This record gives sequence, C-alpha cells and structure tokens, in this order.
Amino acid sequence: MSKKIVIIGNGISGVTCARYVRKYSDYEITIISYETKYFFSRTALMYVFMGHMKFEHTQPYEPWFWEKNRINLIQGKVTTIKSNEKNVMLEDGKSIPFDKLVLATGSKPNKFGWKGQDLKGVQGLYSYQDLQLLEENTKGGIERAVIVGGGLIGIELAEMLLSRGYKVTFLVRENLFWGNVLPKEESELIMRHILVHHVDLQLETELKEIVGDEDGKVKSIITSKGDEIRCQLVGLTAGVSPNIEFLKGSEIPLNRGVLINEYLETQVEDVFAIGDCAEFVQHPSSDRRNIEQVWYTGKIMGKTLAHNICKKPQVYNPGNWFNSAKFFDIEYQTYGWIFPKPKENEKHFYWEHSNGEIAVRFCYDKNDFTFIGINTFGIRMRHQAFDKWLNEKRDVKYVLENLASANFDPEFYKLHEPKIIEKFNIENNTQLKLKKKSWKILFNSK
Amino acid sequence: MENFIQFQINSMKLLNQISVFIFLIGFLLFTSVIFLGKYEVTEKNVSEFLLENDIKNDTIQNGFISVISKTGLKDKIYFNQFKFIGDLQFSITQHNQLISEKLIEKDGIVSEEIDQLYIAIQKEGKINYSKEILSQIFTEKKQKLLEEQTSWMFSSEKQYPDLAAFQKDFETKINEINGNIGVAYRLKNDAYALLNMTQSFNEGTVTKNKGLWLFLTFGLITIGAFIYHLTNIKLLGPKGIKNNGIFQNALTNRGWLAYLVFGYLVGFYIVLYFFPYYLNNLVTLVSPISESLSGNPASHWFLYGLMYCFAMTLMAIRMFVKYRNNNYQILRTSVVLFFQIAFAFLIPEILVRFNMPYYDFKNAWPLDYDFFFDWNINNLMSSGKVGIFMLVWGIVLTIIIVPIMVYFFGKRWYCSWVCGCGGLAETLGDPYRQHSDKSLKAWKIERWLIHGVLVFAIIMTGATLYTFFSGATSLFGIETYTLQKSYGFLIGAVFSGVIGTGFYPVMGNRVWCRFGCPLAAYMGLVQRFKSKFRITTNGGQCISCGNCSTYCEQGIDVRAYAQKGEDIVRSSCVGCGICSAVCPRGVLKLENSNAPKKIDDNPLIFENNMFKINPSSE
Repeated sequence: MSKKIVIIGNGISGVTCARYVRKYSDYEITIISYETKYFFSRTALMYVFMGHMKFEHTQPYEPWFWEKNRINLIQGKVTTIKSNEKNVMLEDGKSIPFDKLVLATGSKPNKFGWKGQDLKGVQGLYSYQDLQLLEENTKGGIERAVIVGGGLIGIELAEMLLSRGYKVTFLVRENLFWGNVLPKEESELIMRHILVHHVDLQLETELKEIVGDEDGKVKSIITSKGDEIRCQLVGLTAGVSPNIEFLKGSEIPLNRGVLINEYLETQVEDVFAIGDCAEFVQHPSSDRRNIEQVWYTGKIMGKTLAHNICKKPQVYNPGNWFNSAKFFDIEYQTYGWIFPKPKENEKHFYWEHSNGEIAVRFCYDKNDFTFIGINTFGIRMRHQAFDKWLNEKRDVKYVLENLASANFDPEFYKLHEPKIIEKFNIENNTQLKLKKKSWKILFNSK
Repeated sequence: MENFIQFQINSMKLLNQISVFIFLIGFLLFTSVIFLGKYEVTEKNVSEFLLENDIKNDTIQNGFISVISKTGLKDKIYFNQFKFIGDLQFSITQHNQLISEKLIEKDGIVSEEIDQLYIAIQKEGKINYSKEILSQIFTEKKQKLLEEQTSWMFSSEKQYPDLAAFQKDFETKINEINGNIGVAYRLKNDAYALLNMTQSFNEGTVTKNKGLWLFLTFGLITIGAFIYHLTNIKLLGPKGIKNNGIFQNALTNRGWLAYLVFGYLVGFYIVLYFFPYYLNNLVTLVSPISESLSGNPASHWFLYGLMYCFAMTLMAIRMFVKYRNNNYQILRTSVVLFFQIAFAFLIPEILVRFNMPYYDFKNAWPLDYDFFFDWNINNLMSSGKVGIFMLVWGIVLTIIIVPIMVYFFGKRWYCSWVCGCGGLAETLGDPYRQHSDKSLKAWKIERWLIHGVLVFAIIMTGATLYTFFSGATSLFGIETYTLQKSYGFLIGAVFSGVIGTGFYPVMGNRVWCRFGCPLAAYMGLVQRFKSKFRITTNGGQCISCGNCSTYCEQGIDVRAYAQKGEDIVRSSCVGCGICSAVCPRGVLKLENSNAPKKIDDNPLIFENNMFKINPSSE
C-alpha cells in the first residue's frame, strides 16, 4: 500500500507540492482546505469583484484534473494535529491518517487591536470568504470606504472599490506609499497615479478608532489627526501574518509562523511547512526574510518539498529575488535587490519619463559597477535576461548596453532605452551605446 | 476646483447617456426601415420591371397581368411586406403553371396523341416504334422534337418486351419534353428575382427619401456611437484596460441583453442568406452609395458589405479608446480596418466600375472557397490580363504568400491583421471575447471540427477542379455540384455567417475562426510546426490569475502554459495580443524570434540552480 501524504491548505504552495509529489511518486495524496474545494489564484480575487472574471476563472485546473492525478480533495476545517498518532482531526469528527504532513495554511490579515475592528463593515482581504464578505458589506452600494495600510493589498482594494464607483480614503502611516520597499521617486510616481484615480490619499495618518452605529455597523473612523471620516466600509490591509492559530498547543514549534529548517522540515518528524505560514529559523539565502509571503516562493517551496519527500533532500533555494505588481494602470517589476536607500557600497541610477508614469532604477556596486538590481515602472523586462545577468554578475554598463534585448514590452511600443542610456552617460560621463536587440544575448555564456 | 471636475464628469455622463439614446433610436429606425415598404403591382410597373430586366415578351407580360388580376395582386396596396411577398410568390407560381399548361396544349405532346401512338405501335404482340409511326400521328414540329428525344427508343435501336416497358421510358421523356416547354416564358422565383421585384414594386417612404432615411439610420447610429466612445475617453478613467463589470453586465455576461443581440444577429443572418427579399427596403436605401461606387444598383451583398464596414469602423473606435495604452492594439485595429474597407469593400466595387471582375485581393482559398469554381475561373479567364493576374495571384497567395508569412509572423498576419472575419471579430466581437470555452473538451472538439472542414474544403475543391478539367460531373459517384452546394450552405452560410457571427454574444467572437475556418486550419498547421512566432512567457512572474485565459478569444488556456513558464505555441492562436495586454504582471509577449521555443517546464521558475546541482536526480 502506498504511503499517505496529507497537505493542509490548497493554496499555491500546497497544490504545487501535491502536483510534484504526484509527478515524483505514488503517494496517496490528500489536500484539506476549509476555504474552497478547488485551488484558485488568490491574487485574482480582486478581478472577480471588479467583474473582470468569474470566480471559476481564477481556478487554474478544471475539476477533472484532481481525479485524473489522484489527488483527494477534502473541504473541511482541521482542529487538531496529533503528530504522535500521525492523525489530523477535522471539525466534523473525522480523522485523517498521514505518513507525511504538509502545513501550507497561508496567512490572515493583521488586526492591531483597533477599537471597533470587529464591527460589521470592517474587514481584511485575503480569503474567498473575505471576498464574499466584501460583496455583502457593499451590497446595494456604499458611499465611501476607508482603507488602512499602504501596501499592495491596500491599493488593490482601493482599485476594486473605485471600479464600482465608491469613494475611497486611503490612510498611509508613513509619508510615502510603500516606502519600506520603494525609493522616494517611485513612491511619488505611484502616489501621483493614485491621485489621478481620485483616491483621497492621506499620508502620515493612522487609524485611531472605528465608530459603529446602534446596529453594530461601521459609521465612521477617527484618524490619528483627529479627523472623523464618514464611511460604510473599513478595509484593514496592514499586512498579513501566518495563519497558524489551530496549531497552538500542538507539539510543532511556532514563532510568528511554523518554524522550519532549510529543508522545509519542522522539528516534528514527518511534518513540514511551506508558503506563507512557514518561518525559517534561518533562511538559507541570506538576503531573504524568514517569512516570505510571495506567490512564486510558495511555488518553489512546494516543488522543493515534493522533491525532498520523494527524492534526495535539497536545500531550499529560491534564487535571485524578483517580484511584480500592478498599481492601477502602472505595472511594476523588480529583479535583484533595490532598497529605498542605497547601501554603503551601492549607487542608484534613476530615469523617469517626462509623463511621470514610466521609470527605471538601477542599483549597482559603486566600486566595480556590478549590477545589483532593477525597478521598472511602465516598462516590462525579461526575467530570463536579468536572472542570467545577476548570476553572471555582469556590470551595470553591460546591462544598460543590452537593455533592448531585455525589453519585454509588446511589439510597436516606443523603446525608452536610448533615453535611459543618454541620461546615464550624462550623469556618469560615460559613452555607452545601446546595442541592437538580439535573442542570442539571452543564450550567450560569459 | 473639485466641483468643476465633478461638473465636467457629470456633463460627460449625461452626454454619454444621450449618445446611447441616439444610437438606439438610429438602430430602432434602421430595423423598422425593413417594414416601411408600400408595395403595389400595376400594369405600368410590371411592364417597367420587365423592360428593366430585358424581358421583352408580350406573352409573359399579358400572362402575368392576367394572373395578377385573378389572384387579386393587381393594383392592391400592401403595407405588410410578408403578405405582399407571399401573394407575389403565389402569383408567380400561378403564372408559371398556367403558361406551361397553355403552351403544352399548343406545342406539347397531349394525351390523345399519346393514346393514338400506343395503339399504332402494337403489332402482333410486338412493339414497333419508328419514325414513320411518328409521322402518321404528329405535326412536323412535334415529330422533330420526339425524334430528337426518343430516337434511341426506336425499334431499330431497342426492343421492348411489352407496352408497359415502353410506356415507362416514353412517359418519362414526355414529361421532360412538356416540362421544358414554356421555360422561356416563366418568371424567376428565386431569392435574387424576388428581391429585384419587391424593390421595383416598392413605393414606400424610404424609396422616396433616401437621404433622410440614410441619416436617420446609418447617420444616427454613427453619431451615437461616436459620441459614446469619445465620452468614454474621459469616463473610463486614465488610459489602461478597464474590463470592469464585464461579468456583471447583462450584455457581456450572457444575460437577457446578450440573448437579445444573439437573436437579432442570428435572425439577420438567416434573412440575409436565405430570404434577402425581406431586406428590400434596406437594399434600396443604400443603392445610391452602390451606384456611386460601381455604377450598379445595390444587391443585398452590397448592403451587407456596407453594414460590415460601418460596424467595424464604429467598434474600431471603441478599440482605440479602450486599448489606447497599447500600440500593438491600435496599429492592428487600424490595419485590419483598412483591409476591410479598402480591399474587401471599395476595391472590388471600383473594379466593377471599370468592367473588371469583382475581386477581393486578400481573400485566400480555402476561406475563399468558391475561388476554383468553374464560373469564377471562367469569369477570370475571360477578363483579359487583369483576370489572369487575379487567377495567378489567388493561387500564389494560397500556395506561397500565406505559408511564408505564417513562417515569419505567425498566422496573426492574416487572422487578426488582414482578414474580414477576423476584423469583425476583433471589433464588433471584442466585447464578447471572454465567452470562448477554455475546457480541454472544447479543444478536442475544435481540432476535429476545424481540420474536418479543411478536409471537406480540399475534397470539394479537388472534385471541382476534376470536373473543370475532365468535364465529368461526378467523382467517385458524388456529384461535384452537390458537394459545392452543401459546402456553400453548411460551411459558407450557416457556419461562418449564422453561427460565426450570430453566436458572438453567447459563444465568443471567434467561433468560426476557431472551429470552422479551413484557412485558419491550414495556417495553424504551419504555425504549430514551422514558424518563428510564439508567445513568450516571462520566467516566473506569472501569478496564475487567469486574465489571459479569460480574455483569449480562441479559447486557449494561456495560463496553463504561463504558470509553467512555457512558451505558447498553439495552432489556433491568432495573435490578437490581448492576453499580453490584460496580463497584470507583464508575463506575455508575442514574438517572432529565432530563439528556441520553450515548451517544457521553464527551469527559471522552480529550479533556480537548485536542481542543476544534480540534474539526474529527476
């Protein structure tokens, strides 16, 4: 009889793990999820609310896929894990035995103990249930919503609500939007764009209190500046934290997340954790945080774990940092590391289009010019190129000269690269020339 | 300041709503024009009609006039065109029947003569049928006719065992002979003839005030649509694709409005293809435009072409507004619109004006399925150098230009940049692109169906050419004409027209291109196996959101490839570029490249050096 692997959580990490376990082995695979029966793309929930898609469209696999790949799906809530008896207990009293257990339970929105945070009309945005709640909370239309927390989910929630014609006030604690990630110019570029979309953006403003009416429904909020803003919805989007409430009291060691080593193992044998809910005791890549709530790292963890369970264990290695996002109409991509302020050995080069909506920033070593990272706004860049150049430790001049080959904008888009190089040449007194686009650049070895 | 902005937006909204109202009024009037005829058949307009159509024959004229006097059609005024056309058809049938009967009495073989013959040919239990016997019974004229038709039955040629056997052959022949008498005096009863007649007998308001009605229909629709799209520049917000509310709107989410449009389109196509005479008012309405282009009055195909150009132009403006952040979309839409208006519509009409064959230079076989039909080849060959050029061009286009262009650019160069069907799908059909079925099952059906149509087109054309060169009317026992007829009806009319466009609001805008077009199937094979074109996936940036798959009009599950980091190399991709446009993470790029195609799991996503340490571990 084949061994049993039970995965709690059907998000990107758990499902990727299941898919690769199936590819690598004959394990009996069971995925338990409380949220939905079928895997869906969490990042796409916003498009369902905006009417770009139906919920079914967010599901990457058709229902027959799970049966064909012999992956059992259980929709239920796990209450306890008996790691000694190798059993998972469900809310309905069922017990599911396992040989290997994977925790991939994701995150939940942060609530910082604000007064009134449990009133009707106050919510975060993370799960399918949150989406349903948002529909309920905006049923019949609302006039104004207040969003608290200036990160990616906050701006997405703002876009969602605006698409239905609701007014949005956006409270950001710092003096810059997403200032812990973006340098000042980029943050300002995004803030200008936020204003173009008629968002009432309030910087250096925190939530002090949420005021309810006699029915327990939100009526207004009071800001740290003492203003009262009438609203019918409050979106709490001040980050997320691992969803591990149900593990408290089990033998599995926890900190903010489920503690794991570089092989994604918890300290309890045959129990593993991946994705948003996992926290490395020490991350195997020194440049990464111990909790990584990123789509693609969840994917890499899922595949790595499947490999580690079914084959020879390998250390988790997500490779060069990259990420992307979209702020209303402006796309953002980043490859390698760029921090809001250059580190001691680093120098930044920033170019912005005169329309104020397109920008690029390069980070490089100021001594030997080694390319360290890039931010792009309104220009698409080729992941393959930058991953290669980062691995090869190319210098920034090489990167600039070959920028046309890395451009990933659709055909017939205006190429801004000549202007970018022109500015670099002026600032650095160099004579760089843009080379013609060539696909061979992506395959040359150094 | 804020008040001023609000005021601006509010007035824009009002203007937007007014434009919808204007558009709907125009559309309503356009539809009602169909029913605004006033029909009357008088002696005068019958003779005018016959004169116009070069029918100079008193027998017909007098015969028809006496028939319509009896049937009550004459001098009766009709406002209900359905009733009128019904009565007209009845009168024509009556006329054709009567005139045959009359002429048979005069010129045909009548039953007394046949009975006489039967007695005369029986001799001593044998059948003796010969020229002499004919001369004993029939007039000289009839003798000649019978000899021509039945000489093979003469006793010198064939021996009949009994009278019954003879009668069987003979009566078949008599029916044929009598059936042919009077053909020249009949009035045509087909769709073209009926359309022609209803137009001639129509004296409704539309025929008298064409300018006014053109303004009230095409004019109001244009004004309404134009203002609507222009106000949307402001109302839809900053540039960037806004698919807001698509799945919450009855028009774009298969709601009651979508079914209304569906019914209208399907109904329109059925009438256009099979009962065009009901559109006689509209054809008359656009006739002055046709006359100014080709010098000829409009046919229902001219009406269709004109409407096609209008629909594409007005919806292209919508594309320019909606996708104004995307140069690929703007350029592609402009080019496909240009090819429709210039190549499919204007140039063929102008060619006719200069006595050259009507020809759409961009329409390639096998989409242009009747290109090798004998009437077309004969027509081109008899049109001098221009005709020969067209014939050669058509063959070169299909055999050389099409595959070479697909090799360099993918089939998109045709399907979404040049083709008329594609052009309508990309403009009028754009609001419905999300309805294509992305399931694996649909993909399986697609492959069987589209390649099936390609095989059908090849067999049909093969038989046509065989017939053309050998003169034999059938191949392997199947009549070429039957093949052509059934292809024309099933594929040419029902599939590409009624279903292809009519089903936009419920099955998406590329039903024909995805499931039926034989040219798309042909180019798809080249694209899949021998082309520089692919959609490149940008490493590991995909978040599996599903926008690409949702908005793929060809029902390709783009995400299935993108999330694995694979390039999309699919025969059905028409390269519209919308997947790339709607991707929120910049993951997809349409490319013609010499770089190798990635069609396995992209190492960049998962492996990142990790598994490269020991590649054999997998």
